[in-house]
Amino acid sequence: MKKIITIVKKEWAEVFKNRMVLFTVIFLPLLFAALPLILIFVTRSAGVADISTEMPAQFTMLCNPVLTAGECFQVYMAGQFMLLFLLEPLIIPVNIAAYSIVGEKTTRSLEPLLATPITTAELLGGKNLAAVIPAILATWAGFAIYCIGLLIIASPVVVNAILTPIWLTAILVVGPLMAVLSVNFSLMVSSRVNDPRAAEQISTIVILPVLILFIGQIAGFFIVNQRMIWLLALTTLALDVIMVYVAVQLFQRETILTRWK
Amino acid sequence: MITTENLTKKFSATLAVDKLSLQVKEGEVFGFLGPNGAGKTTTVRMLAALIKPTSGKATVNGYVLGKQNQAIRQNVGILTENPGMYDNLSAEYNLQIYANLYGLKNPNGQVEKYLRMLGLWDRRNDVAGSFSKGMKQKLAIARAILHEPRILFLDEPTAALDPEAAHMVREFIEELRKEGRTIFLTTHNLDEADRLCDRIGVFKSHMLVVDSPGNLRTQLFGRKVVFHLRRVDPEIEMLVSSLPFVREAHIIDEKLLVNLDDPEKYNPDIIRTLVTAGADVQFVGELRRSLEDVYLELIKKA
Repeated sequence: MKKIITIVKKEWAEVFKNRMVLFTVIFLPLLFAALPLILIFVTRSAGVADISTEMPAQFTMLCNPVLTAGECFQVYMAGQFMLLFLLEPLIIPVNIAAYSIVGEKTTRSLEPLLATPITTAELLGGKNLAAVIPAILATWAGFAIYCIGLLIIASPVVVNAILTPIWLTAILVVGPLMAVLSVNFSLMVSSRVNDPRAAEQISTIVILPVLILFIGQIAGFFIVNQRMIWLLALTTLALDVIMVYVAVQLFQRETILTRWK
Repeated sequence: MITTENLTKKFSATLAVDKLSLQVKEGEVFGFLGPNGAGKTTTVRMLAALIKPTSGKATVNGYVLGKQNQAIRQNVGILTENPGMYDNLSAEYNLQIYANLYGLKNPNGQVEKYLRMLGLWDRRNDVAGSFSKGMKQKLAIARAILHEPRILFLDEPTAALDPEAAHMVREFIEELRKEGRTIFLTTHNLDEADRLCDRIGVFKSHMLVVDSPGNLRTQLFGRKVVFHLRRVDPEIEMLVSSLPFVREAHIIDEKLLVNLDDPEKYNPDIIRTLVTAGADVQFVGELRRSLEDVYLELIKKA
């Protein structure tokens, strides 16, 4: 465990000197928290009279009868942006993890590191945690800011309608699973390429499924519900297991040492 | 300390190391010489348990390669071809990372010991990226010996260093030798190998020869003594050539060059002969072949 902690600390000491990483970890959660808050604030007195003309039918059915049309619209808009909190744990660790292996390749620091008695599991475990922990903490911090903002600017019925168990499950359970998925995918890519920029660009593919979910909901194809969130959680968990296995398998010490350019 | 038996490494169709068999004794500085691409770094990587041999056996510090790789990594130090420091981190933190990875009981003490020993203590808080090549190399050496390994693999330790830094590194290697550590040194600097190594192995995918630099010189070129005379003429040359213990004698650049098996024994006889024949002997010295001559001869023959 001491070796894993050493790797985590080393990674943080290195990556947090990178302005791009700092920007992503600090600014992105703030932006994603601010966007829905601004929208809810602006639409407080929008005066929506007929919700059926403004929102998809399947959402209006879900709208709580105690909500006014305007409040229902606020809940609808906030719901669209909740998926951003699932995108965050996918986006934030990409910068950290993608650079993780390929960065060590380019600086030639991987060979002396692999010459120590560290196992592949310890090394990848350390690199995983170093990227997953900031992603989860930053997402949760952003969500906490969002919740506090909601309590300040929205009416209690709107707050209750937005902060449902569905979304709490999504943020607290699916979010970390997404982060693990993103990190291992990025590590896998990082182990196979020789250029940090290529690693980052390829790794961003991982955000596509959630992006499709986000766009699909905005387009009114579906409304994310509890069943979908649990399905997403189970799918991500299964993908995590596969991805961790593949990442370990692809991390071939000898290939990385002898074939890098 | 290090034993290999038919150690072989193939990369696809390329045979990098072919049936390497050698023994490096405890406390010995073993020079591993060879042209670029001869397989030296591959051999070091195999022996440091970084890459797997295709076939053959090896033991390092008593541990069997392939079966006890973690123990090998724990017990050897390696200076890689490139320092590979974390340039954004301080010199001290760079070493602390490794001290923790090797599980040292007193990591900070060891880090301080070697930073002081290598003259880097005052720069300990500076990021490694701000260091010169020589300083980075010193830091990399500190990293390699931080855990006090009995066996050290030094891959081109003075390559690309200025003469002062290279001298400092060589002195440090001498210190390590005095401490009784076994050093496996790969280098292109033949003068360095000559000065530091107890034995050298000349390698070009397979081992060509292993011996001390002195013995290799004698075996390949014999020993030659140069007699500086006030006046050299062909009669003197013929006279010396006729002596039974002289292999051959030639006049080159107004000097008499004599090839002998045992100069310490026969030089007095030659001087007596020369003086009796009326020659004025001004100076006597041995013509030392450089290790470069030995190396080039061996590589040419390979």
